[in-house]
Amino acid sequence: MSVVTLFGLCGPVLVGLGLFGLITNPQPLRKILAFNLLGSGTFLLFGVIARRGAAAGLGGDPVPQALVITGIVVAFAATAMAIALLLRLFQETGQATLEPDDTNDTNAATHTS
Amino acid sequence: MITAFIFNVVLVALLLVVATWIIASRAAFSAVVAFVAYGLLLAIVWVELSAIDIALTEAAIGGGVTGMLLLGAASRLRDAETTAVSTGVPLRLAAAALCALVAAGLAAIVLFPPSTVFTLAPDAMAHLAESGLGNPVAGVLFVYRAFDTLLEKVVLVLALVGVWSLAPDRFWGGIPGLRVYQQPNSVLTLLSQLLLPLGIVVGIYMFWTGANNPGGAFQGGTILAAMWILVMIAGLQSVPSTDRRALRLLVIVGPAIFLAIGLMGFALAGGFLAYPAGYAKPLIIVAEAALTLSIGVTLGLLAAGPPERIQQR
Repeated sequence: MSVVTLFGLCGPVLVGLGLFGLITNPQPLRKILAFNLLGSGTFLLFGVIARRGAAAGLGGDPVPQALVITGIVVAFAATAMAIALLLRLFQETGQATLEPDDTNDTNAATHTS
Repeated sequence: MITAFIFNVVLVALLLVVATWIIASRAAFSAVVAFVAYGLLLAIVWVELSAIDIALTEAAIGGGVTGMLLLGAASRLRDAETTAVSTGVPLRLAAAALCALVAAGLAAIVLFPPSTVFTLAPDAMAHLAESGLGNPVAGVLFVYRAFDTLLEKVVLVLALVGVWSLAPDRFWGGIPGLRVYQQPNSVLTLLSQLLLPLGIVVGIYMFWTGANNPGGAFQGGTILAAMWILVMIAGLQSVPSTDRRALRLLVIVGPAIFLAIGLMGFALAGGFLAYPAGYAKPLIIVAEAALTLSIGVTLGLLAAGPPERIQQR
């Protein structure tokens, strides 16, 4: 198995792990982490595909590489926004979970009253 | 050859262990610490894939600024951390099955790729010389996909506006709530004094060399941002009030100049973001210089977070 295939298989595993964390973990901070893992797995997969398109004496196709750089920047912007939203949620409610249980509702009720 | 292969196998194994730790760890703080390590390991993977530009971006953003934001959030949310509530076993199993299916599907694409290879590399290289740039990735970012690059910078500014908007109304235009550790004789102070000149030189070099070698405005700007954050945390420079006009001007100067050059293309080169023949490289360098500055300031402010107190006058 070539090294590129090895990295290529690493991408899907990271996507799977990230997706699992995104679905199963109720804490928003962990969801943000999982989302970043999912994103980086996608970038890696894309990078390996870029590597397949190596031509004209380059190590990889520069077009997907440029797309991945743009992707990393946009993912960062989204993460910064998500963290700010989460901290504001915590500031307002004293809670930092998306778990829709009863205790949250009563807490919210006492908070507003 | 064989040592390189063993190195890569160990690298991938380490990456997957750290990634599993990010998801499986009970404490959010240790998951975030693992995420920083993960970003740096992933940067090495990108080097192995001969994508140095991506490696620099991943190390600076994935391991650096995102990690710092997450660490700050994790320490603030430590009290609110709930360990008891978690998803039920049937749902976890169903999710695991779904995720395994997705991963297997993607892995199948890697193992059995379509026989025709689509590549734009020859096209990208064919006209690279006309732009005067030597780095093909910079060429793609600033010539073929300049519109994407422009929008990406606008997204950063929008994210900053979004983060600022999340402050309570009374703090609008106030000072960001970055935690400052002001101890005159601490290691942090010494480190920031030693690193600052080095970091500024490396940041500017990274932007300058980006035209011909891996690097560029974004990677250079991130290093400048890191230096600014370091001196702010060490208390050597105060965190600025977000209503300062000069500060806001610095945030938009990069995208504004890039946009102006793009609009100039209508008059001089017959299209938006088209460069007049022979002037492509100087124009790109001007745009990149302004963008480096704006990216540095914007990332620094994003890391500093929303305003939390108002300046005493």
